[in-house]
Amino acid sequence: MVKYFLGQSVLRSSWDQVFAAFWQRYPNPYSKHVLTEDIVHREVTPDQKLLSRRLLTKTNRMPRWAERLFPANVAHSVYILEDSIVDPQNQTMTTFTWNINHARLMMVEERCVYCVNADNSGWTEIRREAWVSSSLFGVSRAVQEFGLARFKSNVTKTMKGFEYILAKLQGEAPSKTLVETAKEAKEKAKETALAATEKAKDLASKAATKPPQQRQQFV
Amino acid sequence: MNSVGEACTDMKREYDQCFNRWFAEKFLKGDGSGDPCTDLFKRYQQCVQKAIKEKEIPIEGLEFMGHSKEKPEGSS
Repeated sequence: MVKYFLGQSVLRSSWDQVFAAFWQRYPNPYSKHVLTEDIVHREVTPDQKLLSRRLLTKTNRMPRWAERLFPANVAHSVYILEDSIVDPQNQTMTTFTWNINHARLMMVEERCVYCVNADNSGWTEIRREAWVSSSLFGVSRAVQEFGLARFKSNVTKTMKGFEYILAKLQGEAPSKTLVETAKEAKEKAKETALAATEKAKDLASKAATKPPQQRQQFV
Repeated sequence: MNSVGEACTDMKREYDQCFNRWFAEKFLKGDGSGDPCTDLFKRYQQCVQKAIKEKEIPIEGLEFMGHSKEKPEGSS
């Protein structure tokens, strides 16, 4: 389950000023949480586009309840990659930014498109989309699946127990011996629980080992 | 701004200065050839890539621009 964000902003500066400023925006008074900035890849393509990859480290500020729940994450800064394509001929820039650690706890991906403002060619607009996801959703699904499977196997035992005692009270010989019936119910319950555990394990391990950028394909 | 490799900060700043000038005066005006910063970039990269390895920052094997993302259904 992913949280989606869509927004639009306008900068009252021309596209070339904005694109130049993009590379010079750190540090600024609003970026105290940004600790380091590095270009780790850069190239000009044959069709005159500039591809860059920027590595940022940022502080990992969590609310107190999250620090208590995830103590292992507290000590580590967040590493973030920002990929960008600057296309001066079309006067557009596209960026894609995401965190490459703490990814199982939470992943934030942001895609921006910068272009000339439709109403005012001296302005620049930014269309921003973001996706926030967490593999903790997979863990909670596994817990739910296991709980439901165990509940179902307990229902089987409940009904078998009822049938047994009713037969006894009504003086009927149970269709099988006491030992065989109880054994059968136990075996069935064990199988159900095992199948549920396997499924839960599978769900949990899928959630835990998902590579940082692997996502379901959305239509 | 500091580099993730403490020893690389000066090289980074030198490269940045060169790049920012070339970017605004040449590249954005349509002249993407003749990047005058390649030597500075090489020096800077040697330093920072080493620091990245030492700190075990996992930047390897990641597809450029991730992959295309489309709006997921039914999300708030």
